[in-house]
Amino acid sequence: MSNANQAMAARYKNNFLKEIEEQAEMGEWVKMCMQCGVCSGSCPTNFHSGWEHPPQEIFMMIRAGKREEVLTSPSMWMCTSCYNCYVRCPRKLPITHIMHGIAEYAYRLGLAPKMQPTLHLSQTFWRNCTKTGRVNEVKLTQALYFKDGFMAGIKKGLEMKDVALGLIKAKRLNILEALGFGHKCKDQQGIQKMLAKARELEAKRKNRQVTA
Amino acid sequence: MSEKKHAAYICSGCGLGERLDIAALEAVAKKEGKMQVVRTHPFLCSEEGVAMIRADIEGEGVTHAAICACSRRAKTEAFNFPTTAISRGNLREGVIWVRPDTEEARETTQEMAEDYVRMACAEVKAMTQPAGNPNTGTNKTLMVVGGGISGMTAALEASRAGYKVVLVEKTGSLGGWAAKLHRRVPTREPFKSPEDTGVADMVAQIEADPNIKVYLNATIAKTAGAPGRFKVDIAVESGPTVTEDIGAIVQATGFSLYDANKLPHLGYGKSPHVVDQSGLEALARAANGGVIKRADGKEVKSVVFVQCAGQRDASGEHLPYCSGYCCNTSIKQAIYFKDANPDVDTVVLFTDLRTPGNGEDFYRSAQNRGVIFSKGVVSEVVPSGDGLTVKFHDLILDDKNAQIEADLVVLATGVVPNSGVNIDALSAPQVEGQEAAGSEGTETGGEVKPVSILNLTYRQGPDIPQFKWGFTDSHFICFPYETRRTAIYAAGPVRRPMDIAQAIEDATGAAMKAIQAMENAGLGRAAHPRSGDLSFPTARLEGCTQCKRCTVECPFGAIDEDEKRFPLFNESRCRRCGTCMGACPVRVISFENYSVNTVGAQIKAVNIPDEFENKPRILILACENDAYPALDMAALNRNCYSAFVRAIPVRCLGSVNTIWITDALNSGYDGVMLMGCKHGEDYQCHFVKGSELGRYRMSKVYDTLKGMNLEPERVLDLEVAITDLHTLPKKIDEYTAKIQEIGLSPFKGF
Repeated sequence: MSNANQAMAARYKNNFLKEIEEQAEMGEWVKMCMQCGVCSGSCPTNFHSGWEHPPQEIFMMIRAGKREEVLTSPSMWMCTSCYNCYVRCPRKLPITHIMHGIAEYAYRLGLAPKMQPTLHLSQTFWRNCTKTGRVNEVKLTQALYFKDGFMAGIKKGLEMKDVALGLIKAKRLNILEALGFGHKCKDQQGIQKMLAKARELEAKRKNRQVTA
Repeated sequence: MSEKKHAAYICSGCGLGERLDIAALEAVAKKEGKMQVVRTHPFLCSEEGVAMIRADIEGEGVTHAAICACSRRAKTEAFNFPTTAISRGNLREGVIWVRPDTEEARETTQEMAEDYVRMACAEVKAMTQPAGNPNTGTNKTLMVVGGGISGMTAALEASRAGYKVVLVEKTGSLGGWAAKLHRRVPTREPFKSPEDTGVADMVAQIEADPNIKVYLNATIAKTAGAPGRFKVDIAVESGPTVTEDIGAIVQATGFSLYDANKLPHLGYGKSPHVVDQSGLEALARAANGGVIKRADGKEVKSVVFVQCAGQRDASGEHLPYCSGYCCNTSIKQAIYFKDANPDVDTVVLFTDLRTPGNGEDFYRSAQNRGVIFSKGVVSEVVPSGDGLTVKFHDLILDDKNAQIEADLVVLATGVVPNSGVNIDALSAPQVEGQEAAGSEGTETGGEVKPVSILNLTYRQGPDIPQFKWGFTDSHFICFPYETRRTAIYAAGPVRRPMDIAQAIEDATGAAMKAIQAMENAGLGRAAHPRSGDLSFPTARLEGCTQCKRCTVECPFGAIDEDEKRFPLFNESRCRRCGTCMGACPVRVISFENYSVNTVGAQIKAVNIPDEFENKPRILILACENDAYPALDMAALNRNCYSAFVRAIPVRCLGSVNTIWITDALNSGYDGVMLMGCKHGEDYQCHFVKGSELGRYRMSKVYDTLKGMNLEPERVLDLEVAITDLHTLPKKIDEYTAKIQEIGLSPFKGF
């Protein structure tokens, strides 16, 4: 257990609902669910592996105090942000945002499942894009292809080779990006400064929540 | 009336003149109908046409008029001649609108029209204009039985409308259940917090109202008489019995909570910390806004509400129905805890949270306060240490072994109506455990036998009839406040489970209906659904065999027995359905304008073509409440049907006497279609039991058919609703085809 996780678990004891309400973004909405199940019925990732608990169940588990099970679950990470649940919820709960909020909280506590594809993509994308201020498409694709090992990456690359060649021909892909060339942001220092400031603000906000 | 003079009036407007041979119709009315005066008018319902009829009535002394124009349901205001007997030949909706305008259809259409003219002439000759019930009572005092929210509302509403009220309450104070509540579910925007019950205010209004006389600690010893002239003996505890003259009665006797002692698995009786909803109200009243404490004085830190405790039970052991108000009540009670101390853990375990009215907002406000709602079925509540463990099946997570600890458990047990004695069980053969003699409650084996509430002196039993699960019978869709006893209205939870807001609405409606009933009774007119009808049943007692079928079958308890055991009609209690007339095996019961004769004469008047013409004749006896309007509406939509049918409206299927059917088949009709309302558990019959009784009687007709060597298909019993306007013509055509398939009746020409 990470330190942050231990601290939170100790702080809220048995009241996981209160913990989510105060710590996770949009968590205050969880108590308003009326268990109709429209969200679960509307979710396009329903019946797919990895989707253990639909939103309705996640909300119920939070109320039932199943802390460990919820926070380590890959379910919230399976959300494709299609917003079907959000639109259909008769109680007008921002379900998509709540899912992201819980996922983010689990990540913050270090409980999010490692190598979960969505989580991996988010991290890879973020690192890639914040480096120069613009996405290095070739490097991003490489990172994603080789996620599950060298051979898997080669295989995927061969599978997609026609698409890649087409993109190059149409001047949609700069192969030189692999060597660090390609488009970048003009004021790279400025971008880094902005990001640092944002991080600082975020930390302050979360710190306030933790000590509140 | 000195001398009868019959007249027929034929309209040639609305296309009748173009589609029909009016001169031929005139000839039929004159020669076969034997009408002394026959007149045609191009627009009979116009001022001029009506003036023509009126001139005949006043100048020529016409006493009976057959108006051959449109359906009897149309132009009733134009053809309103109060002193003249009127029959209506339905040439428009009954003939031209349901027949195609083609050359080949012309002959059969004309035959149809001629038959309807014959029938109208025959009918009017057999009837007299009703003069109204002479046996009236004009008392306009309303008696309200029960001083709870419903009863107090009915009393106040009637008083505001200018009527005197006698309010009888069994206990020593007004207010009923509502007086025992700490707060009630909110009634106005924003529907977020429990509010004052308002009982004290209502009681003060009643005490200050000079129109309302209140009897506390009082019960009804006897109710005799009829609408407008009830005599009610009120037995007051430790006092003399008082007799009051009453015009109409509202029974608002409310409910009792389902006995939680029947729920030992939920811990009731095993632990003092398992209470029902009324138990929690008592704790909340004791706390009066402060922290709520248990019976042992300990502050409650966690509470679990168990919904549907002993309700919505499919096993048959407990109440099968939903009591409607308990979800909102549990929400309210959870808010009591949260408002006194937000740190109290409050969990509501429900299967379906049902929050009628604006309860949804209230539900949300409780969620906002942090009340936890979990979908689950409680299997057991067991004492553990100082508190309780609630074991339940979590339905969302499908966790069968879920459990919560709680200091206090509240059971939502639901309602049982206080509707008195079940008179159907009284008349039914004795079943084990049922009680026949009923008016005194005695305790045997823990079960309290029901005590009669009204103690009616009616032959049919001391209380108003019940429907399901002890709730009083009423026509759910159309006439919710009506009971099966005229001028006695049920209001509030005695009628169906409901909350305070609904009870107030219900009681207001019942008070209004009771006022109408008193006014109608004073004028000698029927109450709904034949509101304003002046006819009433009479019996030729010299022909009566004292079989008592009329007294047993009357759905409204209108017929008693006199000292010589003849039927004694109480006209004011009668709804004019004619069930007695249909039941009478010797056919001695009749109305002035509706009798075995008026319908029989129409049946005989129809011209039956001989067997070689291959034109079957099918008689339709259609209930005038649903089936006949459905036929009219089919006509309005120009939904055509066979020209071989002849429709006669009847007041109710219950008024159909089997003689009509045997007569029709004997005189050469090829088939009979009976069209009546749905009967049974979700009946639609406007007279509640009429269609059921009528159908039961008709089931015996098949023996007669066998005796006559006729196919059973010759009589068809059809359930028709007013919405069947599109399917009904098809059913008529199918039946006509079927009759042609089995062949024409062998009785033609005899």
